[in-house]
Amino acid sequence: MAKIIAGIGTSHVPAIGAAVDNGKTREPYWQPLFDKFEPARHWIEEVKPDVCIIVYNDHAHAFDLSSIAAFSIGTCENFKSSDEGYGPRPIPDVEGDPRLAWHLVESLVMDDFDITIVNDMTVDHGLTVPLSIMYDQPDAWPCQVIPLAVNVVQYPQPKGTRCHALGKAIRKAVESYDRNIKVAIFGTGGLSHQLQGERAGVINEEFDEQFLDDLAANPDKVAQISHAEWLRETGSEGIEAVMWLIMRGALDDEVEEVYRFTHCPASNTNYGMTILQNNS
Amino acid sequence: MEREQREFDDIPGTYVFDGQRNRQGYHLNMFCKSLDSEANREQFRTDPEAYLQKFPMTEEQRSAVLERDFLGMLDLGGNIYYTWKIAAFDRVSMQAAGAAMSGTGMTEQEFREMMINGGRPIKGNRYVGKED
Repeated sequence: MAKIIAGIGTSHVPAIGAAVDNGKTREPYWQPLFDKFEPARHWIEEVKPDVCIIVYNDHAHAFDLSSIAAFSIGTCENFKSSDEGYGPRPIPDVEGDPRLAWHLVESLVMDDFDITIVNDMTVDHGLTVPLSIMYDQPDAWPCQVIPLAVNVVQYPQPKGTRCHALGKAIRKAVESYDRNIKVAIFGTGGLSHQLQGERAGVINEEFDEQFLDDLAANPDKVAQISHAEWLRETGSEGIEAVMWLIMRGALDDEVEEVYRFTHCPASNTNYGMTILQNNS
Repeated sequence: MEREQREFDDIPGTYVFDGQRNRQGYHLNMFCKSLDSEANREQFRTDPEAYLQKFPMTEEQRSAVLERDFLGMLDLGGNIYYTWKIAAFDRVSMQAAGAAMSGTGMTEQEFREMMINGGRPIKGNRYVGKED
């Protein structure tokens, strides 16, 4: 039977991907952040998940305003990097796991989550930056990936309680899969940042630290945060962190926080990472 | 366009992309989306006014695009991930765009320094006209 071994929370700042792609990771601005990735990279090399379910949002690359789905699963064999205006990132193609992806779709729909099925899509920095953070620059990604895209760009975004419940349903789906594989789940985006308007650049480190504490120990509290509170406290783009609740829902009630840090700034963002491990 | 008030409208300097802004800015945003294709970027580069005529936008929205008025575009229904495509087209940095949207005459370098010093403080930036 398949098993979820851990959850990884990470921001997906595009400039981190650009720093990797352009050989800037040893520059003074970036080195302190990349040094802090090292323990996470060692950890994932040890635990070696076979499949990573990456919960992220597309930023108007694969999808646009013509049709906006709350939760989408990519069922493709293969995903190419989106062209975000500078050409596609020079990274390996992302290999999917269509058999498990379809199993997730079937199980989730039977569990009352009406997932959108995507058979043709590219993946943007929301998904590929977390891969670069955890795996650096391999010739091929060492895991298969299932993209789970969430609408966090168009208000109203899915609620925290719904994201948390979806995570629980994902766990049930993975545990009913007939292959003996190790699955990791990523929650990405956040932490506090605002890219738009006169308030661009707003950061709320206190809120972010409380969020990380509560995500590990008291996720039901995080799930109760309202849209207005997310937007007000973490910035208009900080609401992305609601996606971390999907990751958290897929884990045990009691988890071990094996690694965590924040780093401000990464571009316009308070970067955050947490690794939560199931010990059951 | 007159907005129906929402509970997040008292957040200062923040244009939450809700249904009202989607309706207002749909064609502006879809023009931005069209810049994903190199062929379209080439047309926009060659004759920006003519290219903008292909989209049923308001004249105000067209002018905001031509003037690269990033704050004005938000006010006219633009979404940052869409209007960002114009900044990428111009090879403008996120910090330069952030500085321009601040509306205070802040420079790109000043915006960078603000971020390095911990960002724009949340304190005093939670509510319009109210201490927090």
